[in-house]
Amino acid sequence: MISVKNIYKSFGKLSVLNGISCDIKDGERVAIIGPSGSGKSTLLRCLNLLEVPTRGEIWVNGSLLSGLDPYLHPELIRLSATYKKRIAAGGSDKTVISEITDGRLLGRFEGGEYRREYRRLAEQNAIDINLARRKMGMVFQHFNLFNNKTVIENLTLVPVQLGLKTRAEAEARALELLRRIGLEDKRDEYPSKLSGGQKQRVAIIRALAMDPDVLLFDEPTSALDPEMVGEVLDLMKSLAGDGMTMVIVTHEMGFAREVADRIIFVDGGKIAEEGRPDEVFGSPKNARLREFLSKVL
Amino acid sequence: MLFEDIKKILTTPELIGYVFEGFLNTLVLTVVAAAIGLVLGFVVAIVKISAENNKYMKIPAIICNLYTTVFRGTPVALQLFIMVFAVFAIPGFKPYAAIITFGINSGAYVSENIRAGISSVDVGQMEAARALGFTWNRAMINIIMPQAIKNIIPAIGNEMIALLKETSIISMVGATVGTLTFDLNAASNTVFTKVPNFLASGLIVGCFYLAIVYIMVFAIKLIEKRLRASDKR
Ligand SMILES: Nc1ncnc2c1ncn2[C@@H]1O[C@H](COP(=O)(O)OP(=O)(O)O)[C@@H](O)[C@H]1O
Ligand SMILES: [Mg+2]
Repeated sequence: MISVKNIYKSFGKLSVLNGISCDIKDGERVAIIGPSGSGKSTLLRCLNLLEVPTRGEIWVNGSLLSGLDPYLHPELIRLSATYKKRIAAGGSDKTVISEITDGRLLGRFEGGEYRREYRRLAEQNAIDINLARRKMGMVFQHFNLFNNKTVIENLTLVPVQLGLKTRAEAEARALELLRRIGLEDKRDEYPSKLSGGQKQRVAIIRALAMDPDVLLFDEPTSALDPEMVGEVLDLMKSLAGDGMTMVIVTHEMGFAREVADRIIFVDGGKIAEEGRPDEVFGSPKNARLREFLSKVL
Repeated sequence: MLFEDIKKILTTPELIGYVFEGFLNTLVLTVVAAAIGLVLGFVVAIVKISAENNKYMKIPAIICNLYTTVFRGTPVALQLFIMVFAVFAIPGFKPYAAIITFGINSGAYVSENIRAGISSVDVGQMEAARALGFTWNRAMINIIMPQAIKNIIPAIGNEMIALLKETSIISMVGATVGTLTFDLNAASNTVFTKVPNFLASGLIVGCFYLAIVYIMVFAIKLIEKRLRASDKR
């Protein structure tokens, strides 16, 4: 399970994500839709920390992937010098906590007690990002197959190098996956010899070869010629049928409607509406969502 | 007249001896400076590239940037004068000061070649490797470097050729027969004092330069071909 807690992300002066919270449960299929530039890719890339959120936290299976955000921990704020000073001046716990959180009043020096608890919380919950990513597959818009490796090497390189599988095990798994997508005859080709649809399907099984708990897709069909979209969507549907947890940024509304358990509509770096596909597509409440759907449907 | 002068130079052991001595010294200057340049350039490039990812590399990267800016932004002749007559103004140290200058100067260019080669690789390659759980180092070694090297080798090859020709300015700080400073170009000047036909000595020495450059170009082509063969893209 992935838990996104009030994340913000800015690139310099440009704030792209403005307070996003959501949970992705095991086995759930979540589609993220929204206008271009609304922050969908950034949100997805925050989930495996390819982008580091400026604020907020990402939790995966009970471990803290991102940095610790003290403003999400009232019990931590209570140890801070700022809190103690304000309480001594006669504020109530509730108002002081919300003042500190809203005003982002914690400074660099909040006392030893606060610092020790901060470090304890962070250390107790932290997980090595490189370990966490092994279980979070990602599929990119532009495939990003390793150009200097053959198809089979693309599928086996990481599991073998990281010592997760022996070469024989990794190759057996890779061939099984290649058979599943009907490309076992391409095992020794370089990616440049594949069509776009074939590249993307290999990229998907490259992620699967790590036996991930969740797959993150960033517009997997947007860079494809129209006649190749179907083969990629079919593979994704079959993964959904296997019960794979999937988070999919997509412009394929028909696909989202068919496969997703939940739709998240992102607009201006916020979740503007969220719900079951029939709710979101059938009776959209948000005006921007209605406008968006009228353009894309 | 020209032909006779050339013949005289080629057949007088003293004169052709100068040329051979200069030839050898030019080779030694180039090879040692190239070695310094390659090692330095590689280290500087890695520092600069890893600074994008590692905050402890930020300050070393600033120093490296200063280094490449200064050494690429000023004439190598000026650098040579400063190094030989100011920084390393030690008796008998002149040839080494010169080699060090050429090496440091070349390192600045090599580091930029390496950095440019690495940044020419699509960022998606690094992202895909990291998303699968590779560390930055592993991704660099397994995915990025093998692709970058194809752009880096030809660029570095050209830099080495430029370096070879650049060593000829060593005579500007005074070349002495019997020391490393006596390079091919200095040999040409010395031969001229004996056979006052600049075209004759110039042609002979030019042929020697051409021969080395040709061998280097050939070697680069060979390496490039090898690299391309392993890359059936
Ligand atoms: N690495 C980056 N540096 C600077 N700006 C970025 C970066 N990544 C994304 N952006 C900007 O953030 C905004 C949202 O981008 P993105 O998340 O890719 O939107 P979407 O995927 O919804 O189209 C865009 O304006 C984009 O230009
Ligand atoms: Mg996007």
